[in-house]
Amino acid sequence: MNEIFTMEDICKSYYTGYEELKVLKHVNLIVYKGEFISILGPSGSGKSTLMNIIGCLDTPTSGKYTLSGINISETDDIQLAKIRNKEIGFVFQSFFLLPRLTAWQNVELPLIYSGIPKNKRKEKAVDMLHKVGLSDKINNLPNQLSGGQQQRVAIARALVTDPTILLADEPTGALDQKTGISIIKYFEKLNKEGKTIIIITHDINVASYANRTFNILDGKLSEQVRFSNVL
Amino acid sequence: MFFESIRMSLKNITKNKMRSVLTMLGIVIGVVSIIALITIVQGATKNISNEVIELGGNKIYINVFGTALKQGLTQKDVELIEDLDNIRGISPTISGKATVVYEGKLIENVIVEGKNEVYFKADPDLLSCGRTINILDLESKNQVAVIGDNLVKELFFGVNPIGEKLIVNGVTYTVVGTFKASTGFSLGSTNDTVAIPYTTALRSLGVKSISTLDAYLDDTSLADQTIVEIKGILNRAFNYNEDAYSIYNMGDIIESFQSIMSMMSTLLVGIAAISLIVGGIGIMNMMLVSITERTTEIGLRKALGATPFAIRLQFVLEAIFLSLIGGIIGLILGMLLAFVLAEVMGIKAPVSLSTNLLAIGFSASVGIIFGYMPARKASQLNPIDALRSL
Repeated sequence: MNEIFTMEDICKSYYTGYEELKVLKHVNLIVYKGEFISILGPSGSGKSTLMNIIGCLDTPTSGKYTLSGINISETDDIQLAKIRNKEIGFVFQSFFLLPRLTAWQNVELPLIYSGIPKNKRKEKAVDMLHKVGLSDKINNLPNQLSGGQQQRVAIARALVTDPTILLADEPTGALDQKTGISIIKYFEKLNKEGKTIIIITHDINVASYANRTFNILDGKLSEQVRFSNVL
Repeated sequence: MFFESIRMSLKNITKNKMRSVLTMLGIVIGVVSIIALITIVQGATKNISNEVIELGGNKIYINVFGTALKQGLTQKDVELIEDLDNIRGISPTISGKATVVYEGKLIENVIVEGKNEVYFKADPDLLSCGRTINILDLESKNQVAVIGDNLVKELFFGVNPIGEKLIVNGVTYTVVGTFKASTGFSLGSTNDTVAIPYTTALRSLGVKSISTLDAYLDDTSLADQTIVEIKGILNRAFNYNEDAYSIYNMGDIIESFQSIMSMMSTLLVGIAAISLIVGGIGIMNMMLVSITERTTEIGLRKALGATPFAIRLQFVLEAIFLSLIGGIIGLILGMLLAFVLAEVMGIKAPVSLSTNLLAIGFSASVGIIFGYMPARKASQLNPIDALRSL
């Protein structure tokens, strides 16, 4: 199988005053192309920090992180920005849509930073909104959309650059249960189409949709042995 | 991406209209004051120096105080000066105060000046009607007068003064011409003057010698040498007593006047520039507020792949547009203000292209200078912290 990324012995520490706070402790993780992975952990377990490192928003204190063959630990800000743009599609708990931009303008944002010409951008953005089932909401502002619709706009924005990984941080956290399930089901569909997906969550139900689930507790990552796997 | 950044910056400016307008106000005031001040000072300088030049940039003024033995210059001394190489003509002035009467109307303390034909030839635009005092009047000591505009209005209301008889200190003169009204704050205003041939004045004003002399030069660049020669004549006339006379070169006076005006204009522009800097600080302040407000947006853009440069560009452009729009509004208002002030002051003050470029360039650079720091701050935001701040 194709490795999308490998994490070897990743540690991350923060310094608060004179005290060293170890947030991630010797994390090892290999993710293969086409996998649907969930990382399950309570708040304060270090799961957000792990997500930031996977998403190239942060660099590890020690250890080696290789994404699509690039050693992330050794790259600078500008390269990180380009890697985020090309390799990662972010979906956040609170959507983070820009309130003044319409649905399609929000979706086109990452394309602006990839340097795609204007007419192509709109075409791609509209196409992607069509795929997430929002063809009739192209020109709506975020506040004219429901929570589920907003999250689907955010998913369209994450997918528009055709990233290597779709990285979702509590994607259902701000949604009611029914809408949340529909979003997760949409992730499932995307995964079946071949997209590599990583979901970070504290919700065991959400995590159960993934092929593989990892638990993170007190900065240590361990793979959950599935009941189905045992059988 | 560059056009995208322009679009995003403009969008943000138009979104916060009230705030943008207030921020721009500082720049507007700065630019208005720079343009209005420069234009008015330049206009006034030009007007005043034009007037001074009209008085004669090619002129040397000689004032004679005399000594106990010799009160002033004699006709012979004047002729000696007149014969110098670089002298085109000499115009002596004999002045005194007199009481002027016309048909029962009486004005006291009128300035009566004895002039010659050179004075009138030096400025062909001096009269409004009638004729000048000519060489025949001087030779035959005619009792003729050219009178100032105010006197015409006061004495000859509704009457054509040419040919009328005017009594000056009891002697009857025929009015042959009238001076044009002098405008503005002219030094050599003729409005209240009665000019008569100086030969006549020598006899009738009771003055026996000439104390004021204007020497017109052929070549102003040789003025210094001519002054030396005139000093030689005057020294011999007054027994080498240098306190007996003073000589002013009009060219020197104009030069020093112009340097004072340019110093003043630099000073005023300096003061106006301070207000631009204050405006710039206002822009910086607003940019910092805007960045704090939009931390999440910045974090999101970074997560989506915006490089630090892209973020910096967006915010610097926003600051530049703010100050540039302020600069253009200021330019228009400044030109209007300059126009109104010029009308009120009665001077010509055209706004020069260089002033416009200066104002626009100044406001754009204020945008760059004061926009860069906040933009750099925005580009250095850690996307994690930025996204967490919601």
